[in-house]
Amino acid sequence: MSNAVSALAGTSYDGFARIEDQGLRGMITLRGDLASKEVKAVVKATTGLAVPGQRQALSGKDTAALWMSPDELLLMCPYGDVASVIEKIETALKGQHFLAVNVSDARTFLRISGAGAREVLAKVCPVDLSPEAFTPGMFRRTRMAQVPAAFWLDEAGAFHLVCFRSIADYAFNLLKTSAKPGGEVGYFA
Amino acid sequence: MLILECPCCGVRGEETEFHGGGEAHLKRFGPGSTDDEFHTYLFSKENPKGVHFERWRHNNGCGKWFLAARDTMTLEVFGTYSAQTLEPPKHIRDAITAKRPGWTWRDFS
Ligand SMILES: [Zn+2]
Repeated sequence: MSNAVSALAGTSYDGFARIEDQGLRGMITLRGDLASKEVKAVVKATTGLAVPGQRQALSGKDTAALWMSPDELLLMCPYGDVASVIEKIETALKGQHFLAVNVSDARTFLRISGAGAREVLAKVCPVDLSPEAFTPGMFRRTRMAQVPAAFWLDEAGAFHLVCFRSIADYAFNLLKTSAKPGGEVGYFA
Repeated sequence: MLILECPCCGVRGEETEFHGGGEAHLKRFGPGSTDDEFHTYLFSKENPKGVHFERWRHNNGCGKWFLAARDTMTLEVFGTYSAQTLEPPKHIRDAITAKRPGWTWRDFS
């Protein structure tokens, strides 16, 4: 059995915001009819969370339910639980038109925290990240400089960001550069 | 700057979050069509200065295709709507008429 590691192996950087690799996280793409009672029930049973509304992120202790598109969720769970969660989904949705696939090893999961977190992201994403416009629990898929990324903001003011594993190094260095002391813009201050 | 609102996920984003997919409301001519029909389908595209209908994909967002009515000169967007439609819906046509009375595009007006 191979020893799974995240692409950035727990790296972190402290600039005017803190950028850190969140390590391995179980991630499952679930596509199907998000309004069906079976989908609602199995999302609840496996993550403890409801099916999120449009562009909403719901998160628990080690779980999250993220709205990706009108027919797609990204579910998060502990890395080791993925196989059993997928099995539960497949049993619960048998007969429905759906897809549940393990994407854990195809993703990188970062955290951007600290007072400058909004600004670090705002510099590289075409999104209004002002405190009035982007509030905790909102989920946004967008472009981060030259790569696609998705993130949500938690109640404590930290961003949780998902991008492809293949561009982990680019994403980390990009955020690191954006958070470099001396590069503060102070737009949201 | 071109600002589009994706009708699938509700995001109002700027152009670089999307990818243009060419002219909207094309009728496809494939195997069995005449050379003229196929040529027209493949190469004869509208290239207006003004009102235009296009396909767009929210490629850095929800990933869905949608259609947009906009002005190619001013980048004003009259509206975006579902890709699962064969012609511009009435509310889109009305929105264009309010801003550009007398507009025409292919067989639509
Ligand atoms: Zn969208």
